[in-house]
Amino acid sequence: MIKHFLNLEWKSFFRSASFGKSLGIKIFMGFMALYFIVMFLAMGVGLFPILKKLFPDQDPLNIVNNYLFYWLLADLLFRFFFQKLPVMQVKPLLTLPISRNTIVNYVLGKSAFSFFNFLPLFAIIPFGITLIVKDYPLASVLGWMFGLILTTIIINFLNFIIESLSSETELSFLPIIIFTGGLFALDYFNIISFTELIGSAYTGIYNQPYFIVTLLAILGFCYSINFQLLHKKLFLDSGLKTEIKEVNTANLDWTKSFGDVAPFMQLDLRLIWRNKRTKSSVWMLAIGLLYGLFFYPNPVYQGMVFFYIFIGIFSTGIFLINFGQFVPAWDSGYYKLLMSQNIKYEQYLKSKFTLMAVSVVALFLLGIPYVYFGWKILFAHFAAAIYNVGVNTHVILWGGSYNRKKINLDQKAAFNYQGTGAVQWLIGIPLLLIPMGLFALLNWSLSFEIACLVLIVMGVLGIIFHQKIMQFITGKYLESKYQMIDAFDQEN
Amino acid sequence: MITTSNLSKKYSGNQVLFIEDLEIPKGQSFGLVGNNGAGKTTYFSLLLDLIQPSTGEIVSHDIQVNKSEAWKPFTSAFIDESFLIGYLTPEEYFYFIGELRGQNKATVDAFVAQFEDFFHGEILGKKKYLRDLSKGNQKKAGIVSALIGNPEVVILDEPFANLDPTTQIRLKGIVKDLAEKQGVTILISSHDLLHVTDVCERIVVLEKGEVVKDLITNEATLKELEAHFSN
Repeated sequence: MIKHFLNLEWKSFFRSASFGKSLGIKIFMGFMALYFIVMFLAMGVGLFPILKKLFPDQDPLNIVNNYLFYWLLADLLFRFFFQKLPVMQVKPLLTLPISRNTIVNYVLGKSAFSFFNFLPLFAIIPFGITLIVKDYPLASVLGWMFGLILTTIIINFLNFIIESLSSETELSFLPIIIFTGGLFALDYFNIISFTELIGSAYTGIYNQPYFIVTLLAILGFCYSINFQLLHKKLFLDSGLKTEIKEVNTANLDWTKSFGDVAPFMQLDLRLIWRNKRTKSSVWMLAIGLLYGLFFYPNPVYQGMVFFYIFIGIFSTGIFLINFGQFVPAWDSGYYKLLMSQNIKYEQYLKSKFTLMAVSVVALFLLGIPYVYFGWKILFAHFAAAIYNVGVNTHVILWGGSYNRKKINLDQKAAFNYQGTGAVQWLIGIPLLLIPMGLFALLNWSLSFEIACLVLIVMGVLGIIFHQKIMQFITGKYLESKYQMIDAFDQEN
Repeated sequence: MITTSNLSKKYSGNQVLFIEDLEIPKGQSFGLVGNNGAGKTTYFSLLLDLIQPSTGEIVSHDIQVNKSEAWKPFTSAFIDESFLIGYLTPEEYFYFIGELRGQNKATVDAFVAQFEDFFHGEILGKKKYLRDLSKGNQKKAGIVSALIGNPEVVILDEPFANLDPTTQIRLKGIVKDLAEKQGVTILISSHDLLHVTDVCERIVVLEKGEVVKDLITNEATLKELEAHFSN
């Protein structure tokens, strides 16, 4: 049976419509994976000598055990955002003579072979070998290593439980933040010292390897919960059961003041508000707006003036980047309709432009309190906002004309990479790096004020030539009309 | 009037459509039948300039459709569910289409109200998004949306599929009325020979992308079509 499943997967991978098109992203992911492997390997090899050097009077193994709690939290958090339960097209299998248990076991078993479970091995094994070389008792070290590997797999399954429970909620990442944050806080304020608890647990396993039975029991427990959760979902109607809520239709007549783009503005606002994925980009606004708070209070960054412009572009342009990079893929589901209707491309694009420009202005105004950290910061943000309106909006719309990836609006939101292609990564260069580099150069060679002014002038030029630029962009969209219709017709 | 001349569409050397000469006069109800892969949807997609012809052209009311966009104001279509905007309610969708065709809310309301019967009380005022409607109800909304704004050419791909018997009969009434009384050119494709012969004045049979029969509908037409498709 497993053989058939593996065969199906092999085919679905190589026969997918976007195979090859998404090769760029795979190569990128490959490099990321390689980077992490090297990092972990270095950590595994170097950890023992470094700890010995820094804390000569302590046992490095003890120190590691005491920090395991943080590893658990970080791993859990990381996995939540980046690891997804491997999916399989189960619908066609349901009517075939395959037991549901086999399907569920296969999907869960497959998840154990995730990259995330192998990564810690690169640190655990070299560290364990070092321990053995340094004459630690062999059986204990092996027991300890095995315990850690089991822990990795426990986290693997724990993550899926959290994911499946939180995917129903509006803000899917809130439960995990509260969960890990809560544990961290309890530990940090010494209410319950998880560091010690976890530390002594693994020291216990090291001393008495048969304690591993506890880990096995936890693993079995997590697995069975996952099993039940999945088993319940393996019915055709499980997706239909969700009650269809009555919708409340807001009156968007106020958009009429934007003139002939009004129908498209209404459509875009509804698009954003009524679909999970786009809605999450609204929540990203808060993150973007507060982004500066990670850096400005820190005296290290106070001196790095060129960094202001990065944060300025990012915090005033978070919506622009998030929303703009998937124009026109947001409308991919009904692109054929738009193309056969009596519309002007220019109006369609202008509506997107207006939304983005308004968001930049609003985010700049909301970000005015940053003046608390100095006038220079506000001025840099102002320059960044003008640059965003005048240059980045156009750049991102222009980039959209190379967009060939369909987005299925009904799918879950956060960190969903559907629709992402090489263009989305490349567009980041002019968007963020060019203004940052230019600013850094001018700031270093001339002065802060001139650097800001140059960005403002570029932005203003973009605004002045808005009509001309839009005509050019519209032309680009018209050129690739047929390719887009064709691409948006395919599921990826 | 829609004139098609030397129209062909090839996909990597494989010819899926070739129509040497086809004229559809204004106000005709035109039916297109053929087995799967005969080229019906391809022809409609070419009519709407959604794909590029390999050779030839379609001229609709003196406008070559892949050269100018001036055919859009008087042409409307419902090909499949991808013509619907899932996150709108049917009313919002009608208003949106209406707006694109220069109709205000009141006009759209009045227009849509005529189809109360056709909707069977399942579309209007339900406060549901289009994506949450059943396939049949989605189709009803899509068909009516294609009639908003007095189009002169209406293109419907498989309009009878997925509809319940009552609605099929009502749809036939609507189509006949459009062509006979209002002079709308209406193009329909269908697998249902009975329905097509009922509503269309003229029926063209496509086979492997080419026109093999071009019939003016009369009592014998259904028999002839059935005979054609049985072998």
